[in-house]
Amino acid sequence: MLLSQFLLLSAILFSIGVYGVIVRRNGVAVLMAIELILNSVNINLVAFGAMHGNLSGQVFALFIIAVAAAEVGVGLAIILSIYRNRRSVALDELDLMKG
Amino acid sequence: MSVASLLAAADTVPAPDVEWSALSPFLVVVVGACLLLPIAGLLPRRTRVAWSALFTIAVALGAIGASAWVWHDLSRVGPTERTTVAGAYAVDKFSLFLIVVICVGVILATLLTEGYLRREDLPGAEAYLLYLASASGAIIMVTAADLIVLFIGLEVLSIAAYVLAGLHRRRLRSGEAALKYFVLGGFSSAFFLYGVALIYGATGTTNLVGIAEYLATHRLLDEGLLLAGIGLLIVGFAFKVGGVPFHVWTPDVYQGSPSPVVAFMASVVKAAAFAGMLRVVVVALSTHRLDWQPILYAIAVLSMIVGAVLAVVQSDVKRMLAYSSINHAGFMLAAVSTGADEGIAAVLFYLAAYTVLIGGTFGIVTLFGRRGDGHHDIDDYRGLARREPFLALALTIFLLAQAGTPLTAGFLAKFYVIQAVVDAGSWWLGLVAMLAATISAFLYLRIVLTMYAGVTDADVEVAEPTAEPVRRIHVPLGAKVAIAAALVLTIAIGVVPDPLTHASRTARPELVAPGD
Repeated sequence: MLLSQFLLLSAILFSIGVYGVIVRRNGVAVLMAIELILNSVNINLVAFGAMHGNLSGQVFALFIIAVAAAEVGVGLAIILSIYRNRRSVALDELDLMKG
Repeated sequence: MSVASLLAAADTVPAPDVEWSALSPFLVVVVGACLLLPIAGLLPRRTRVAWSALFTIAVALGAIGASAWVWHDLSRVGPTERTTVAGAYAVDKFSLFLIVVICVGVILATLLTEGYLRREDLPGAEAYLLYLASASGAIIMVTAADLIVLFIGLEVLSIAAYVLAGLHRRRLRSGEAALKYFVLGGFSSAFFLYGVALIYGATGTTNLVGIAEYLATHRLLDEGLLLAGIGLLIVGFAFKVGGVPFHVWTPDVYQGSPSPVVAFMASVVKAAAFAGMLRVVVVALSTHRLDWQPILYAIAVLSMIVGAVLAVVQSDVKRMLAYSSINHAGFMLAAVSTGADEGIAAVLFYLAAYTVLIGGTFGIVTLFGRRGDGHHDIDDYRGLARREPFLALALTIFLLAQAGTPLTAGFLAKFYVIQAVVDAGSWWLGLVAMLAATISAFLYLRIVLTMYAGVTDADVEVAEPTAEPVRRIHVPLGAKVAIAAALVLTIAIGVVPDPLTHASRTARPELVAPGD
């Protein structure tokens, strides 16, 4: 099996996600970038699961999908409450606290 | 495959053997959280007696009782540890010890939150529900014997903690803290997961016992996958405990979050993250100690020094305490980096003492914050000793204990860490720890001196014409109980440390194969 190709795809997705988290200033876009990283992990897990021939990887990927949904729910709620207070979801405008 | 044949197949899948009695502390907390939801919904929004808070405390006490019962059971019948749910859940004295620490953190935070919610006019039981939910995640984390379970625990713990940071919906800073915590927390969880995936790839299993056995019996031709996995795993843990250079979220989140919530985050989240770190990195990956030891060593040194130095230059007391918590995390990481039994015992002792200290400290900081939770500038503390002599004295004791003054819990915590580090032969780390303790002592003394320095004559003259008398701080009953309990425990652990020392020495994380 061409495991290295899956790992490469996953590494590329991971890097794009990390880049997105660091560069994007919109809160929702950062959330999407985090999702990208989680999905790169899923690709990794399923590929490794196929390589080792056991189910742990696939089960783990299912758990990650469920947890990612919960995380997005909470994240969007937090972003929404910030938007209601200040009419903006730009992360770099959140600078009440510094030091 | 049709649905009928799938259902028929489901009957033949062997269900794992579940030892319910060993799960009882966890079950008490989860069932308590589920019951709190309807109870809080049936009660009117405002009641004279805070039933939700009392119920939360009862649940936490029940979990402590259950842990004590399982502990007793383990010592009596032996073996001293067992696994359940197909080896995914390890019940040993290590996890029971930390469950008690977590529940004490929940109780202290609940007592403080009750008065805080009334003062800030935030009725409702969300906070208590989130405490219990987060604590159940923490309990999963300290007992997890499988990386999948550990990850679920980490997320249950963290997602509730993100919401807790934004508990004060009308304060912009609270929302800002929640979003910063969420973005960086989600980011670090993703790193953690990538590390888990790589370790699974390298060893072919997510079970900690399986990983340890595989690494002990196999010699990997190419260790790159495993080493990258260990590195990313440590990044995830270091973020949760707030170790430098993964600490950037700590000051902002501690400053913006409601003060009682900070007490919870600092104690429960740290305890759970250190538990995961000890069980996975120190115990399961003990064969690769030479690989992870330098990383933890470096993070520990950086945390101790950066935490202490940056704390000194802050002007906001909550920010100072945030950096001091980074400094404390550095001490615990130093003990973890020894990888020895003494180091693990030192971390456990430190976590127990720190939970009590931070509960008391942030209890008083909550009160000093006054309505709006905004009076946390160091100048707001000037002369507080004259107006609030008892609170000032209590805060002085807590801060001196954090600095490591003898006859308090903080002294022995630091002493055991340095002893473990020196026993492991890391003289330089011990030296750095002592240096950092000295620098951070300056920080605590600065707060204490500000409180006792009093108001200068010039200030009084300026303050007089406004004719607005500074009102005495109202201390709610819950806060009184929490502060008094924390004070008694701080002194008691300092004077009679033997029971806690003994418990932390016997509580060693074990890896037990399922079916034993």
